Amino acid sequence: MGFTPRAILSRTPADAAPLQTRDLETEIASAARFVRKHVIASIYRAGSGHPGGSLSCADLLAALFGAELNVWPNAIDDPTRDRFILSKGHAAPALYAAGAYHDFCDRIESLALRKLGSRFQGHPHIGDLPWVETSTGSLGQGFSVALGMAMGLKLQKSPARVYALLGDGELQEGEVWEGAMCAAHHKLDNFCAIIDYNKLQSDARNDAIMRLEPLAAKWRAFDWAVAEIDGHDIHQILATFRRAGASRERPSVIIAHTVKGKGVPYMENIPAWHGSVKLTREQAEEALQALGASHNEIREYLDGDAG
Amino acid sequence: MAMPAEAPALIGTNGDSLREAFGKALSSLASEFPKLVVLDADIAGGTGTHHFRKSHPERFLQFGIAEQNMMAAAGGLAAVGMLPVVTTFAVFCLRAVEQARLSLAYCKRNAKIVASHPGLDVGPDGGSAQALEDLAAFRAIPGMTVISPADPIETALATRAILEFDGPVYMRTGRSASRRVFGDDHRFEIGKGQIVRDGKDVTIVACGVEVARAVEAAQILSEKSISARVVNMATIKPIDAVLLKRCSRETGAIVTAEDHNIHGGLGGAVAEALAQTRPCPIEFVGVRDVFGASGEPEELADHFGLSARHIAKAAEKVIARKRKS
Repeated sequence: MGFTPRAILSRTPADAAPLQTRDLETEIASAARFVRKHVIASIYRAGSGHPGGSLSCADLLAALFGAELNVWPNAIDDPTRDRFILSKGHAAPALYAAGAYHDFCDRIESLALRKLGSRFQGHPHIGDLPWVETSTGSLGQGFSVALGMAMGLKLQKSPARVYALLGDGELQEGEVWEGAMCAAHHKLDNFCAIIDYNKLQSDARNDAIMRLEPLAAKWRAFDWAVAEIDGHDIHQILATFRRAGASRERPSVIIAHTVKGKGVPYMENIPAWHGSVKLTREQAEEALQALGASHNEIREYLDGDAG
Repeated sequence: MAMPAEAPALIGTNGDSLREAFGKALSSLASEFPKLVVLDADIAGGTGTHHFRKSHPERFLQFGIAEQNMMAAAGGLAAVGMLPVVTTFAVFCLRAVEQARLSLAYCKRNAKIVASHPGLDVGPDGGSAQALEDLAAFRAIPGMTVISPADPIETALATRAILEFDGPVYMRTGRSASRRVFGDDHRFEIGKGQIVRDGKDVTIVACGVEVARAVEAAQILSEKSISARVVNMATIKPIDAVLLKRCSRETGAIVTAEDHNIHGGLGGAVAEALAQTRPCPIEFVGVRDVFGASGEPEELADHFGLSARHIAKAAEKVIARKRKS
């Protein structure tokens, strides 16, 4: 075939000069597009995986890794680094893609999702990839692990902050509310939870399965600093992270309203695309086209050597 | 090797339970382990950690009555370099087995779970509170070390040992007044059983409160001219397969004794080990796949078949089987 995937998938050299706000937002939007394309390609190659909830959080992940988190691929053991935990572990393809974009892992290798022998398991595992910070995949646990980190860092008087990304269906786990009470009681203002509120879960809309509303009021009642935003508006995401960082005495929660399957029109707002699905060749091509991939890029994503 | 001086003495009235021994040990070890933090779910009075709360309040972390969050948060504390010890009742550890599995063991966290109130030893609180499944549940988790010390001295030594050990550990203490099995010169090493009393006709392998009863059973047997060896198997996982093989070879018959369901705990671990090395007849003393009930611990041991006379009877039975085979 003679494909050289790295030629197209390799990263554009980053500008050494600090980015202006507008440039930063443009850069994050570009990273988010990369994340979405990578998600589709890895799930297509795996023959299974959760596309809906991976696409809905692409902008949030791109903003976190592109601007908010004080983390660097060459310093993953630095005790003063910020911690990010993907509590909704089934969105692993999006985390791997964001990590690949920022050189925490290899862009090609990370396409080998869910394969025997691959480090890119169906849900993130710290034993395979130290930079994922903890193993997740059982909803609610990543949130508790993150608050434990925040508690420990506070005891150590560390400047590091801890971020956890949760799914909306995840909030049905009782453990989340145990943790919500705990983080507020211990005044963990170095802790920020982000909710990917795409309104859909495995089988149907949240409303049909187990109603979450009034969601912001619930978090306020637990004494958290609450922000509600459009989870696809990068300017708003960045501004809200800045405000959350200024919270004192209270943990912050960002309720990010998102669209499940965002960026792939035939998936948007359809619950069937939550679950672990097998993408056909046509579906994968259509999705990548919708995400702006060129003909060559599509061939490399879907047929290039990987892993 | 430490031998019991006389018949195990009941300390009881001075509150020298395994949980108290653990709590006092934690408190005295705190200065040696500056990263040590103790996690509690509002039962510090019950788990013995009230000693630590008093001596080191800044390192005593209150999680309220919410064990799942506490268990997983221990993973986060360990991840940032603290040395967390999760404390609650054994039955509530069962509530957070999955958190221990994913957020502690799968992540290979250096976190410890110390459970008071295991088994029928809980006594009057009754069947709902008596965890008879915890050794089995935690033993099935990859990488989880499982320990059940026999007396206050061993509990204190085991407390130090688990803090020095790198990796996730589940350790039982105990609620009721405890009996002394070991002298002050006792030594404890994770993964090593000890012969507490030697014998040649049968080996009684016991853990936790059953070790004192096993010693008592050996005395009953000696009056019938049966020579019983007693092994304290405080580490259930990894089990001391070398010692078990030797006991099988030298005595040819084994009785296991534990304050736990006969399925999946010490008995299961011993049978698994011997099946692969030197099989011999085994009898299992433990709760026979039923739930507990209210009563005083000694009454319950008698009622559910865990007392010294039951161990002695099982020994006679297994010796008869050995002779037939």
